[in-house]
Amino acid sequence: MDFEKQISDESLGMTVVVKTISRMAMSFILLFGFYIVLYGHLTPGGGFAGGVILAIAYVLLMLAFSKDVALAKLSNFWASMWDNLGALSFIVIGFVGLSGGYFFYNFVSHGTPGKLLSAGIIPLCNISIAVKVGAALYAIFIGLSIYGRLVTEEEK
Amino acid sequence: MLALFHVLLFFMIVGSIVAIEIKNMLSAVIAVGAVGFGVSLLFLFLGAPDIAITQVIVEVLSLIILIRTTTFADNRAIEAKIDNFATVTGLIFIGFLIMAALWAFQDITPFGEPIMRVSRRYLANTAAETGAVNAVAGVILDYRAYDTLGEAMVLFTSILGAFVILRRQGKKKERNETEEFGIMQ
Repeated sequence: MDFEKQISDESLGMTVVVKTISRMAMSFILLFGFYIVLYGHLTPGGGFAGGVILAIAYVLLMLAFSKDVALAKLSNFWASMWDNLGALSFIVIGFVGLSGGYFFYNFVSHGTPGKLLSAGIIPLCNISIAVKVGAALYAIFIGLSIYGRLVTEEEK
Repeated sequence: MLALFHVLLFFMIVGSIVAIEIKNMLSAVIAVGAVGFGVSLLFLFLGAPDIAITQVIVEVLSLIILIRTTTFADNRAIEAKIDNFATVTGLIFIGFLIMAALWAFQDITPFGEPIMRVSRRYLANTAAETGAVNAVAGVILDYRAYDTLGEAMVLFTSILGAFVILRRQGKKKERNETEEFGIMQ
């Protein structure tokens, strides 16, 4: 089905009040999530908290607009793929550090403390953890909704 | 400030007891959520905003999942007869536990005043050595990044295990197209 049509379909998801409010709130939730992730080395927060906020934005999409809309945005295949990619990139960052001496060596220039582009690998690790955690928690939520028990022949 | 801590701790203990004892499942879930928000407030007042943010967000997500599962679940409480032997043994062991705890807690520093032995070194050197202003980020992703990798792998493995349990069945010999990926429409 067409995505725009699916969003405005009244038989899917919750009432129009919930849909309107969540449409406004979702962009701010995503923005806050990105802020928490990218400023993790400067302000409280970091990859884990930011990733959960990003996952919550998608959970809100799923609760307000039904699971079909959320799955059209990010399918279960791509959710588990992002989960794997985040974990993989975190390990790769650690292994690249071996070139500088030891596992998770901070091989990027540290920069000036307090600037956005500083602290070497810490922002990179934050981003990969956020991708990993966000995709994993979204995947577990769609896993709970779309996977069901197989009805056996006897039960029919 | 200390009085506020005690009020919050008392509130969390009461919330936990309510969550165990109440008959309605949804009310129990709400009580668990209230305890979680008490924990996050406590972390905020103790000066750990990183933990407070993580706690409050994970609490929101787990509350959503728990409410979603309990609304469709069987909400009837299980009525059981009180087992006298189990109650007496439980009370005896709780008594032992409280005595051991009172003995062990004599060595612990007062509430909210941690021992700053290693942390002092981290606080003094994190900005110079890692370039991160947020000392927590510097510790978990530079000094102790290996531990964080372990944590990430724990989450990864648990999600993998949950998926294995949640999907419909193992690989079947004959399967038609609707059974692919185990999605039930």
